[in-house]
Amino acid sequence: MAIYVDGDTQVLVQGITGKQGSFHAGQMLAYGTKVVAGVSPGKGGQKVHDIPVYDTVQAACAEHSIHASIIFVPAAFAKDAALEAFHSGIKLVAVITEHIPVHDAMEIMAQAKIHGATVVGPNTYGLVSSGLCKIGIMPNNFFKPGKIGVVARSGTLSYEIVGNLLEAGYGTSTVVGLGGDRIVGLSFVDVLQEFEKDAETEAIVMVGEIGGNAEEEAAEFIKSSMDTPVVAYLAGKSAPEGKRMGHAGAIIERGKGTFASKESALKNAGVPVADLPFEVPKLLEEILTGRRGK
Amino acid sequence: MKYFEYMGKSLFKEYGIPVPDGAVAETPDEAAEITKKLGSAVIKSQVLTGGRGKAGGVKFADSPEEAGKAAEELLGQEIKGYKVERVLVEEKLNIEKELYLAITIDSTKKSPVLIASTKGGMDIEEVPEEYIVKKNIDVLTGMEPFVIREIVSELGFDFKAETSKQFMKIVSKLYQAFRALDAELMEINPLVIADGQVIAADAKVTIDDCARYRQKDLPYVEEKTVIEKKAAELGLAYVELEGDIAVMANGAGMSMATLDILQYYGGKPANFLDAGGGAGSETMARAIELLLEKKPRVIFINIFGGITRCDDVANAITQVLGQQKIEIPVVIRLVGTNEEEGRRILEAQSLSAYNLMHEAAQKAVELARK
Repeated sequence: MAIYVDGDTQVLVQGITGKQGSFHAGQMLAYGTKVVAGVSPGKGGQKVHDIPVYDTVQAACAEHSIHASIIFVPAAFAKDAALEAFHSGIKLVAVITEHIPVHDAMEIMAQAKIHGATVVGPNTYGLVSSGLCKIGIMPNNFFKPGKIGVVARSGTLSYEIVGNLLEAGYGTSTVVGLGGDRIVGLSFVDVLQEFEKDAETEAIVMVGEIGGNAEEEAAEFIKSSMDTPVVAYLAGKSAPEGKRMGHAGAIIERGKGTFASKESALKNAGVPVADLPFEVPKLLEEILTGRRGK
Repeated sequence: MKYFEYMGKSLFKEYGIPVPDGAVAETPDEAAEITKKLGSAVIKSQVLTGGRGKAGGVKFADSPEEAGKAAEELLGQEIKGYKVERVLVEEKLNIEKELYLAITIDSTKKSPVLIASTKGGMDIEEVPEEYIVKKNIDVLTGMEPFVIREIVSELGFDFKAETSKQFMKIVSKLYQAFRALDAELMEINPLVIADGQVIAADAKVTIDDCARYRQKDLPYVEEKTVIEKKAAELGLAYVELEGDIAVMANGAGMSMATLDILQYYGGKPANFLDAGGGAGSETMARAIELLLEKKPRVIFINIFGGITRCDDVANAITQVLGQQKIEIPVVIRLVGTNEEEGRRILEAQSLSAYNLMHEAAQKAVELARK
C-alpha cells in the first residue's frame, strides 16, 4: 500500500509540449508511471513520448480514464489549468508551477474544496509512491520501495534526506512534497493522517522549514492522534527575520514562524528533531528499535 | 513588495477609504509649504519598518517653520537601519478613538482573513485575544454584507451610529482593494474616529511579487540590496547575510540547510543563494561571480542535482575560473544528476568535489578560520 497514488493511477500531464512538461513526462514514464495523456491547447493530435496530446482536459478525459493530473503550465495560466482539471472530475492535481499569485492559489483551493479534489502544491516537486507511481520532477533513482513515509516542504532537501535514508538501507513508501508557497493544498497534518492509516508505513520523516505554523499544527496532531513514529528535520535555523528564504512561505514575520517555535512544538510531541540532515536515519533507527523492543 | 505609508494611502484614497489631508515631501521647504495649507501638521518618516513612532520618526508642527525644522531633522536620519528619504506631512487629527483593521492571508484556512479590534494604535500581537475579531472570507463570494454585519456586531459597535456605517463601508472597500491589487497585507493601524469621521491614519500595504505581471500600474519599490537585485535579474533568490563563507546551493530548503550546517560547525554564511530550478551553467557562472563581489574568505557550493545538472555546475565553476583568478578556496559538494560527468570536468581543472554535505561544510568552516 501507499498513499494518494499507486500502480493503478493513470496520469495526465497538463503543459506536456513545454520544455519541463515533455522532459518530465519522459522521466515519469521511465519511472513506471502510467502517463496516459497530455494536454496543450492548440497542440491536440500531436504525440510526446508516444503519449497522445489533446487540446483540452475534457477531450483527454473523454478518451482515457484519468485519476490524477500534473500541471507544468506557466504561473499566469496555472489557475485556469487547475480549474479545468477539477471541472473534468480529476480528483488529484499536482501543481509544479512556481510563482503563482497567492490570490490565484486561494481560488484554486476554494474550487478544489467544492469539487472534492486534492491539490498537491503549488511550487512542489510532486509526490511519489516508490516503485509504483511518480507524479513529479524528483530524480528517479532515489525513490526505492520501503517502509518510510516522507513529507516535506522543500524539494532538494527531501532528495538529500531520501538519499541519506537509502544509503542507510531505508526505502520509502510514499514521498509527498507539500510545496514552498504560502498557500498549498496539502498540509503536514493531511499527509500524516494518510500515513497513519497506511499499514505499510512504519515510520515517517517530516521535513519542515521556517515560516507559517504548519509544523506546530503537525506537532499537535502527532501528540493527540498518531501511533506511527515521526522523526523531523527543520531547515532555516540560521535564517534572519523578515527575509524570504527562496520559498514564498519561508519567512519569519513579526516573530512568527521561527525555528525555535517549531522545534519545541515537535519535541514536546515526542518527535526527535535532527540537527543535521544526515542524522535522520540514525534517529529513525533509534525510534524503530525502541518500538520493536516494546 | 512593501509600500511606503504615503503610497498605501494614495491607493486607499483611490478605493474610497478616507485618509487625512496631506502630501509627501522630500525637502524641508516642501514640508513647510504643505503645512501652510494644513495649519497644524504631523510629520511622519516614510520607512518600510514598524515602530517608527517609538524610534522618534514622527514629529508635530504648529507652523510651516516648525514643520520645516521637523522635516530637516527627520530627512536623512536612519530608523532601524532604514534611511528616511521622504516625510508624509498630514493634518493633525482630533482623535477620539483608535481602532485596528487589516486583511491578510491565512495559510491554514487558505483564504483571506479580516482582523479587527477596538484596541488600535499598538501592535496587534500585543492585543489580548478577547478584543480581536477574526473572520475568514470566502474568496469565491467575497465580503458579503452579512459578514460585515457580523464583524460590527462582534466588535460591539452600535449599528445606528454614523461611524459604524462609515466603518462598514471601509471594510467593504478595503477588501475590494485587497483583491483587486493582489495584496498580501492591507493594514490600517490605527483606523481612527476623529470629529465623527472614520479615517485611515496609517497604511501598511504589501503586494504579492508574483502578481506584478498583472499589476503593471502599481508603483515599484526597491527593497533589495545591489547584489540581491543582480541575483533577482538572474532569476535567483538571494539574501544578504553578515558572514564570510559565500554559499551557492540548489533548492530553497537545501540552501537554508546549507547555511544551518555551516553555522552548526561554527561558520558564518555570507549569503543565501538558491541556484536551483534548473538554472543553466551560464546563470550559475554569473551567480558565482556575484558571490565573489562580497569578498568572502571561502566559497561553498553545495549541489544535490535533480533538475539542476552536476555537469552544468562544474562547467559554471570552470568558466569563472577561466575568466578570473580566484584567490580564495572553493569547496564543492556535488552529487545527483550527471554527477560523474561533473566530477570529470572538475578533475580536469585539478578541482575535487565532496560527496557528503557535512564533510564539505566542515572543510569550508575550517578554511574560513585560517
